[in-house]
Amino acid sequence: MSAVAIRRRPAAVRRKRFLLAVANNSLLIAAAIAFLAPFAFILLTALMSNDQALSARLWPHPFAWHNFIDVFTKAPLWRWTLNTVLYSVVATVGVVLSSVPVAYALARLRWRGRDAMFMVVLVALMLPPQVTVVPLYVMWAKFHPFGFNFIGTLWPVIIPNWFGDAFSIFLLRQFFLTIPEEYMDAARVDGCGELRILVTVVSRLAKPAIAAVALFSFLYTFNDFFLPLLYTGESPNHWVLSIGLSEFRSLHQVQWNLTMAATLLVMAPVIVIFFLAQRAFVEGVTLTGVKG
Amino acid sequence: MSPWLVGFSVFFGYPLVMNAYLSFNHYDLLSAPRWVGLANYRYLFGTDPQTWTAVKNTLWLIAVLVPLQVLSAFGLALMLARARAGVGVFRTIFYLPALAPPVAATLGFVFILNPATGPVNTILSHLGISGPLWFQDPSWAKPSLTMLGIWGVGNTMIIFLAAVLDVPRTLYESAQLDGANGLQRLRWVTLPSISPVILFSVVLGVIQGLQYFTQAYVAAGVASGQASQAADVTSVSLGYPLDSTLFYPVLLYQHGFVDFQMGYAAAMAMFLLAVSFAVTLVIVVNSRRWVHASAR
Repeated sequence: MSAVAIRRRPAAVRRKRFLLAVANNSLLIAAAIAFLAPFAFILLTALMSNDQALSARLWPHPFAWHNFIDVFTKAPLWRWTLNTVLYSVVATVGVVLSSVPVAYALARLRWRGRDAMFMVVLVALMLPPQVTVVPLYVMWAKFHPFGFNFIGTLWPVIIPNWFGDAFSIFLLRQFFLTIPEEYMDAARVDGCGELRILVTVVSRLAKPAIAAVALFSFLYTFNDFFLPLLYTGESPNHWVLSIGLSEFRSLHQVQWNLTMAATLLVMAPVIVIFFLAQRAFVEGVTLTGVKG
Repeated sequence: MSPWLVGFSVFFGYPLVMNAYLSFNHYDLLSAPRWVGLANYRYLFGTDPQTWTAVKNTLWLIAVLVPLQVLSAFGLALMLARARAGVGVFRTIFYLPALAPPVAATLGFVFILNPATGPVNTILSHLGISGPLWFQDPSWAKPSLTMLGIWGVGNTMIIFLAAVLDVPRTLYESAQLDGANGLQRLRWVTLPSISPVILFSVVLGVIQGLQYFTQAYVAAGVASGQASQAADVTSVSLGYPLDSTLFYPVLLYQHGFVDFQMGYAAAMAMFLLAVSFAVTLVIVVNSRRWVHASAR
C-alpha cells in the first residue's frame, strides 16, 4: 500500500500535467480544423447552385446534389477516367513486375558491379525528371514504327514503367535486405533456382512491401501531371483526369460549383483507397523514410 | 536483370548523354540539330532576363517552403506523440491532404483563396479584414503556394511521427533524472535522435523544390482564367501573375514544349542537373557535422 502512496504524484504536478494535456489537445483540434477546412469548403461549394457559389454565402441552400451528375455531361469525365485507369493499371503492373527482380538482384545476389548499380539507382532517384525529358520527347517524336505516332498518346508515359522504377527498386531492396538469408539458403538447399526462390519465397515474404510499391505507383500515376501534359497536352481524347481537371474550368466556362464537384470526384478514389489500405500506406511511408 | 539494363539505358542513360549533346545545338524538332557551341548557355546566363526571375522564384520557394514544411511536420508529430486520445483520428486528418491529387488540391486552393467570393476572404471580411488577392497578386502568389505546400505535409509528418516514437524512453528518463526540463529534453534528446529524418526531409524537400511544376502551372492557369485547350494560350498564363510563379521547371517547360527550343531547354536541364547533383552532395557531406553519430 505504501508503495502506491509514494508513487502518487503531488497534486500540483498532476494539475500541471492535466493543463499541458489540455493545451496540447486544443492545439491539435485547432490544427485539425485548419487541415479539414479546405475539404469542407470544397464540399460545400460543390453542393451550391451557380449563383450561390458566386455569392458570399458559405452554406448551400438548397443542396444541389445534381452537380455531381452535371459534371459528367459538361466534360468527358468518363473518357478521362478510362485513360487514367489504363495508365495507372498498365504502369503499376509493369512497375511491380520489373522492379521486384531488379531489387532482388541488388539486395540478395552477388555480382560484379552490384554496388555501382545501386548507386546509379540512387542517382536516378535523386535527379529531377526534367533532366531527361527533352531527349526523351525528341526520341518519341522521331520514332514511328508502322507509322504509329507516339506523341499525343499516353504510351511514352506508360512504357518506361515496364523497365523498372528507381523509387520502387529502392523501396523493395530495403525490404528484401530485412528478410533473413536463411530462407533463401533453405530453398537453395532444396534445389530451388533463383527465379523460383524469387517467385515462391521472396515474393510471399515481401507482400507488404510489394503492396506498398503497387499503392505508391498507383498514386503516382493517378496524380501524374507533367509527363501526360507533355505528351497528350494537345490531344484531349488522351487526357487523364489530372489534365482534364486542370482545364475543366476553361473548357466551357464551367462554374466554380461544378469545378469543385469535379475536384471532389478526382480526390474521392484516392481517399477511398487510403481508408481500405491504411496500414500499407503508413508502413510504406515509414519504410521509405526511416530505413533509407 | 538484363531487360532492366536495356530499359535503363534507353530511358535514362541515353537521354542523359543526349541531353548534354543537344544543349550545344539549336534544335526545333523540325530541321536537323545545328551545332552552336556555347550559345545556349551564354544566352541562358547572359541575356535571358527570365532565367534570373525563375531562379529567384525557385530559391524563394525552397528557402521558405522547406523549413516551414519540416517545422510543421515536426510540430504535428510532437503533438501527436503526446496526445492521450484520438491519435489515430488526428493522424488521419493531418495525412488526408497529402493524398489529395496535386491538381485537385491546387484547384481547391485557388477557389478557396479567390479574392472575390472565396470563403477565406469572405470570412476575413466578416472580421473586418480585407483579404489580399492571393493567387492574383504577384506578392501573394508564392505565399499562397506555400500554404498549399504546408497543407500537404502529411507524408513528412508520418515519417517524423515514426521517428519521434522510436526514440528510446530510457533516454528521456535519464535526462529527466539529470534535471532536464521539457525544452532541454527536446533539444538534447529528441532532436539528435531524429536528426537523420530531418536530413532526409530537407534533402527530399530541396529536390522536390527544384522540380516544382504542377501546382505552379495549374494555379497560374486557373487564376489567370486563360488556360485553354490549345497550348498556345498556356504560354500567356505561365508564371501568372507577372512571372511571380515562373519557377525554373516552368520556364524549362515553356522553352522546350511551348516554344520547342529543344537545344535551349536541354541547356536549362543541364544547369538543373548540375544544381541537383551539387545540392545532394553538399547536404550529404555536411550532414556528418550535424547528424548525430550514433543515430545514423
